[in-house]
Amino acid sequence: MVTSVTNLSRSGLYDWMAQRVSAVLLAVYTLFLLGYVLLNPGMTYADWSGLFDQSWMRIFSLLTLVALSVHSWVGMWTISTDYLTPMALGKFATVARFLFQVVCGLAMFVLFVWGVQILWGI
Amino acid sequence: MSVNIAVNSKRPVNLDLRTIKLPVTAYTSIVHRISGVILFVSIAGLLWLLDKSLISESGFEQVQSYFQNPLVKLILWGVLAALLYHLVAGIRHLVMDAGVGEGLESGKRGSQAVIVISAVLIVLLGVWIW
Repeated sequence: MVTSVTNLSRSGLYDWMAQRVSAVLLAVYTLFLLGYVLLNPGMTYADWSGLFDQSWMRIFSLLTLVALSVHSWVGMWTISTDYLTPMALGKFATVARFLFQVVCGLAMFVLFVWGVQILWGI
Repeated sequence: MSVNIAVNSKRPVNLDLRTIKLPVTAYTSIVHRISGVILFVSIAGLLWLLDKSLISESGFEQVQSYFQNPLVKLILWGVLAALLYHLVAGIRHLVMDAGVGEGLESGKRGSQAVIVISAVLIVLLGVWIW
């Protein structure tokens, strides 16, 4: 089994599975939200904020935010390990790849916390 | 370029993508990646819009007025086009995980289907936005 210290679960198989489970959640949320906006052409603020006031919608959105974090990490990690290689960058590849992963991970963490703030409001 | 760091051999290597004729499956694959990166970069903007639209009635109306701007419409179309493409290509991945459409010919047909379906959806999306 191939393991790497920087991938999400230290196992390619688990990452593969996490990518798919999170993908299904993201797809369901996307279709739900697109459907909601499409079916409510004259949507008002009361409708919109009323939707996000519901507990189930907040839980659904938070679950999607977790899925989004997992999905983007695995995706950006895959891209970084595919393209930021010694063949492309020479001896700086490991440092460049690590920095890229740090930036992606940090950005996603900030976005996650911000998303929680938006959903639960402080 | 120091290619030999990775592969210590004298074998000829051609990885110049500009001179390689790629099959249709390679194009749908790379566009799936590119659309994924576009979506990752777009998360901040989408969260900002969600925040503004939920924080107050005037914020909601402001977001609605942004969507009247032709440039914003174009960017929104681009981001949602990336989302639709990524979604359609992702569903094809799940179908292939189930063992359907993994062959050479069926894989090509799957890629062509992804292109046609997402193109139709993206055009419909454009009609809806404008």
